[in-house]
Amino acid sequence: MAHSVIPVTARWPSAAAAALVLLLTLGTLGAVAWRAEWGSGLAPADWAAIRFTIVQALLSAGISVVLAIPVARALARRRFLGRQLLITLLGAPFLLPVIVAVLGLLAVFGRGGILNNGLLALGFEPISIFGMHGVILAHVFFNLPLAIRFILQGWLSIPAERFRLAATLNAPVGRLLEWPMLRAVVPNTFLVIFLICLTSFAVALTMGGGPRATTVELAIYQALRFDFDLGRAALLACVQFALCVGAAFLAWRATANDPMGAGLDRVVQRYDLGRAPVDHALIFLAAAFLLVPLAMIILRGLPGIADLPDTIWAAALRSVLVATGSALLCVSMSLALALRGGALVAVIGVLPLAASGLVVGTGAFLLLFPFVRPADMALVVTMLVNATLALPFALRSIAPAVAQVNADYGRLGASLDLKGWTWVRLIVLPRVRRPLGFAAGLAAALSMGDLGVIALFAGQAEETLPLAMYRLMGAYRMDAAASAALLLLGLSLLMFWICDRGGRADADL
Amino acid sequence: MKNTTYLPVVAGLALCATGAMAETPVLQVMTYDSFVTEWGPGPAVEAAFEAECACDLQFVGAGDGAALLARLQLEGPRTEADVVLGLDTNLMAAARETGLFAPHGVEADLDLPIAWTDTEFLPFDWGYFAFVGNAGADAPASLQALADSDIKVVIQDPRSSTPGLGLLMWVKTAYGDDAANLWVDLEDNIVTVTPGWSEAYGMFLEGEADAVLSYTTSPAYHLIAEEDDSKVAWGFDEGHYMQVEVAGKLAGTDQPELADQFMAFMVSEGFQSVIPTTNWMYPAVTPAGGLPDGFETLITPETSLLLSPEDAAAKRDAALDEWRTALSQ
Repeated sequence: MAHSVIPVTARWPSAAAAALVLLLTLGTLGAVAWRAEWGSGLAPADWAAIRFTIVQALLSAGISVVLAIPVARALARRRFLGRQLLITLLGAPFLLPVIVAVLGLLAVFGRGGILNNGLLALGFEPISIFGMHGVILAHVFFNLPLAIRFILQGWLSIPAERFRLAATLNAPVGRLLEWPMLRAVVPNTFLVIFLICLTSFAVALTMGGGPRATTVELAIYQALRFDFDLGRAALLACVQFALCVGAAFLAWRATANDPMGAGLDRVVQRYDLGRAPVDHALIFLAAAFLLVPLAMIILRGLPGIADLPDTIWAAALRSVLVATGSALLCVSMSLALALRGGALVAVIGVLPLAASGLVVGTGAFLLLFPFVRPADMALVVTMLVNATLALPFALRSIAPAVAQVNADYGRLGASLDLKGWTWVRLIVLPRVRRPLGFAAGLAAALSMGDLGVIALFAGQAEETLPLAMYRLMGAYRMDAAASAALLLLGLSLLMFWICDRGGRADADL
Repeated sequence: MKNTTYLPVVAGLALCATGAMAETPVLQVMTYDSFVTEWGPGPAVEAAFEAECACDLQFVGAGDGAALLARLQLEGPRTEADVVLGLDTNLMAAARETGLFAPHGVEADLDLPIAWTDTEFLPFDWGYFAFVGNAGADAPASLQALADSDIKVVIQDPRSSTPGLGLLMWVKTAYGDDAANLWVDLEDNIVTVTPGWSEAYGMFLEGEADAVLSYTTSPAYHLIAEEDDSKVAWGFDEGHYMQVEVAGKLAGTDQPELADQFMAFMVSEGFQSVIPTTNWMYPAVTPAGGLPDGFETLITPETSLLLSPEDAAAKRDAALDEWRTALSQ
């Protein structure tokens, strides 16, 4: 490995990106802590919340990853008509606002849902979705797509030459190629999903069936909104950060380096494939689990889509603009950080995941309020915060690709005296297009669905689509809200597809 | 390090903060989100008040009632708002404690089922909490009957939602020391607890539960706006806990006369007549033309329950513990 020889690039972009991340995560936490009147520590109920939070996050992340491995493997091995479309669609649940996804899930697994109607028709007792299993089901629904995408990327990053060599030598692909790849990809994937579930609030509460399912994030919400106890909120946010650091450390210890080496970007041909029906069955099951709830959202929202009020279209336009800006910023920041590399970047890359959206919003509010009307800055702040919150996903996609380029071509680049923008433009960018496009799409779509920060800042004139949808629900207009949700789903997927497609313009994979 | 990251932010803010100097005075009213949407009372109230005040009435929306109070606490004495509209009696004690409010000075003949004497906060509408179910289905006649039945309901979390907190106070007021037992009985009726009203109501309409915690006035929305009479509120023998929504004038306002004028306007015809079919609550002063057609079909509880703001604040934490313990078993 030649990590020591890397062509020189400018320092300031990564420093600026790191500074923004630190400001929006630890800086906002600091702002909240600074305004706090310290007094109450953690209550017994808080400890119960911490316990529940960890247990459900471990289970959700574990199940997501375990299910994702065979599905990703099947998708990596098989070619079929509509595969690319399917992969894009499978990503959709991750991009949805919570309440939309929950209503979609309930249409399938709920009391009047497809599953229970089927069970009743067959003479069985209906099942209840609410409880710990409901929380995990919903979290798996949200995060399985992410796990599949990350692990699938791992599979696709194994050079075609390795498979050919393995076939020539009649060597076991699983042990020599796939297992080392999984050792490199799975711990990180697990970590990301664990951290997402760690800061879950609305899913856990809605699906959990009651206060048993109290998470740390809900306790933060209560502290901020109902008790106005900033000290307790800051303390709980620190607990979240501590859990994040601990988990990140464990994941880092469990991660093996990937010694795969460079390939010539040939199209992968597999010589070791048997049992197509098994793979197809796996793909079918995953698709059914993830896509049927989406279909229910579409069916529910379609009738009213033409009657949506003009304000919704204006909000949609605003959301698209914010998402575009957020995606550009997020990808630039990720690329800058990935080019820099190193331990600090790894830490920066997980911090936003552990940040409580509420604390970030409140902290940003406290930082800005003395200087400006919050509503004036609503869209800018939303863009910055969304770019930062999407950074871990983007970085996770881009950083390994950049590291691979550095390892494979760093010496060559250094010997040719390639540096700075020239090195990035000629060597790095063409080779990281695919993760770059994926990351941009993810950041754009995540920003589309965001409801956390905007709610604290926005007035009427800065309303984004998720906020408008939520306000429709608050005004009893559930049908219009369902149509707005469909619009949101469509736009998120479209933005994701355009970016993702752009990254794969010349690839036939 | 800190200064270098901070400076560009401040510079950016200075650029954006080019507030236009307006000649007409501006009155800022901070309120909850659903008040200001195009379906809420906001637009009609704004038009009616601006017609008589020669001013610019601006609404600032901030989440729900609890978020509104948190926003005010975050902004503190520096807030630009002149009036805060949308708190309820459960939040009033904490709001009073901020010391940011001034006496409203309005003498109004309020049509509330209870006497109102507060000098800082003035009601603009009110309603009763109630479980809303489907017409024709089994309707329990009391909280206890509901708890003893196998009817399924969705409620909101008292830690994140004002109706959720309302139910907590309802049970506490009706049952006192036995409240914990009622919650234990109710536990198997509760399908789930949602973070806010919208999620719960949405789940009820999608058929996830037989009923949802909402207001006695909710069926009026379906009847008047959708011509759908299939939703009914259940009247309970214990009586119904009330939500009284109030507004207050901020002591630090730079438009004291306008703020006074708005507070007086708030209990006048122009404001009150839009409340029933936009906020779907009872107006604090019944308009001259009476309530809109359809409101006469709503149930009217015989007993109105309401804790004083101070009692509500004092009892909240213990009631919350009871609730959490009972539902965690």
